Amino acid sequence: MKNSWGDKISPAVRALPPSGIRKFFDLVTETEGVISLGVGEPDFVTPWHIREASIYALEKGYTMYTSNSGLLELREEISKDLYRDYGVQYDPRSELLVTVGVSEALDLAMRAIICPGDEVLIPEPSFVAYAPVATLAGGTPVLMPTTVENDFRLLPEQVERAITPRTKALLLSYPNNPTGAIMDRKSLLALAEIAKSHDLIVISDEIYDKLTYVGEHTCLSSLPGMKERTLLLNGFSKAYAMTGWRVAYAAGNPDFIGAMTKIHQYSIMCAPITAQMAALEALKNGRPAMKRMVQEFSRRRHLVMQSFKDMGLPCFEPGGAFYAFPNISVTGLSSEEFAEQLLKEEQVAVVPGNAFGSAGEGFIRVSYAYSSDDLSEAFRRMTKFVRRRGVFPKKVTGPYSIDFVRKEGICQNL
Amino acid sequence: MNKRDILELLESNAKLTVEEIAIMLNTDAETVREEIRNMEANKTILKYMTLINWEKAGEEKVDAMIEVRITPQRDTGYDSVAERIYRFPEVRSVRLMSGTYDLAVFVEGRTMKEVANFVSTKLATIEGVVSTTSHFVLKTYKQDGVIIDDEEEDRRLVISP
Repeated sequence: MKNSWGDKISPAVRALPPSGIRKFFDLVTETEGVISLGVGEPDFVTPWHIREASIYALEKGYTMYTSNSGLLELREEISKDLYRDYGVQYDPRSELLVTVGVSEALDLAMRAIICPGDEVLIPEPSFVAYAPVATLAGGTPVLMPTTVENDFRLLPEQVERAITPRTKALLLSYPNNPTGAIMDRKSLLALAEIAKSHDLIVISDEIYDKLTYVGEHTCLSSLPGMKERTLLLNGFSKAYAMTGWRVAYAAGNPDFIGAMTKIHQYSIMCAPITAQMAALEALKNGRPAMKRMVQEFSRRRHLVMQSFKDMGLPCFEPGGAFYAFPNISVTGLSSEEFAEQLLKEEQVAVVPGNAFGSAGEGFIRVSYAYSSDDLSEAFRRMTKFVRRRGVFPKKVTGPYSIDFVRKEGICQNL
Repeated sequence: MNKRDILELLESNAKLTVEEIAIMLNTDAETVREEIRNMEANKTILKYMTLINWEKAGEEKVDAMIEVRITPQRDTGYDSVAERIYRFPEVRSVRLMSGTYDLAVFVEGRTMKEVANFVSTKLATIEGVVSTTSHFVLKTYKQDGVIIDDEEEDRRLVISP
């Protein structure tokens, strides 16, 4: 008798939907001459001083385990960094844990706090892992769609409506992947009040914090009374172009961090020491290079916004990360149709918005972590594509046209 | 937006149009055009050039760095001798250095003989030049911030979340 190994897989895992990106990834790999704007990582290679420091650490023989929580020196630097940027103080010995990417930190956070049936509030569109990780931890993800009309911000009344007696945690991720949306201090304060009045834990994924171009990023745990109930997740991937190193951290009260460390020590042991050494160098000497990268992203962001305006695709102004999230419904196509046809006809790869949840339907995610030459060529092709579908820029007329065009955030009005 | 932003952009890519610069710096094209015109007029911007890998183009070129020791002149110091040197089109750059010699002179020619000839008949014979030491360039790894044979490429997955 033939054994059906598939039946032996845990039902919980079988029930997980495969990543929406995977299918499209295969399609892109099969196509030749593709310019891909589908990547969720910086186009910069890790700055040389960081790579060099890590090579030096290897030469010196730093190849052993570190403490479960991560190198103390690294935790101390993380603590200093958080204090300098956001004025929030974390004890490096009991309130910080170095993890293998924010992905691990997120998984630990969910596993540490979720009891079977607990509900986790998650805004959508958002990073593909949030809901599956909550499910795997035995929780129930409750998705809250955010809309372009509200600049993809999460509204307090939305959260209020979604809360039930089973609600355990609220997940926030701003600046947001895939929309580029940010939340200002005032909007976050409103959410913080709700979290406090309903005794919710807030898991705040702030991996894109340094990539904020409009105003200043507000760290959730820096809000009054929020530090104790916030699990702050951050890392080095985006700000220091260190995605492949897989090193990040979680910051929170000693009970949360202690619980997460317990899981971490049994499943991971510790983050790789080479990556930790690199992260240490990034925090100590990485600011100038990081600032240069951020400036470059910021310049490209304007270029991308202008390109969509010229193209005739309405696009809200992303305040952070390195994504634009234009509305493609004017073409009459669904997100997946748009992405597939664009790939077939013009060999440009973008990610369909619905890969980040159904609230992303009607949008595509365009990453601008590419050289301006690649971006220009991709936008030239994309313009041809939308023209064939009868999309043209709206003419701006009238005596106020110049001011109108220059105003920040104009694209959402077009 | 300030002048420095414009200069940084142009320094890394002189092909950028005024319109592109304006968009990237979130300002209008006329302002950028005006700033650039001013900086060209007052010689803040000296020239727009292209960095070329001549080897790839199949051209043989010989570069040499000549250490030149000179006798400073009354009133003009090193300047007048430096000028007599930098006026030669064969000379690509001249810098006054601290240390054991005075001028670092970069000379370009088609053959080693041509460069050697230039040094011995033109450079070394200038009044005020005390001595020259020639170093021929064997290989250029990096020039003006650009790595010549950069093997680092985009190795990212084509799609990632």
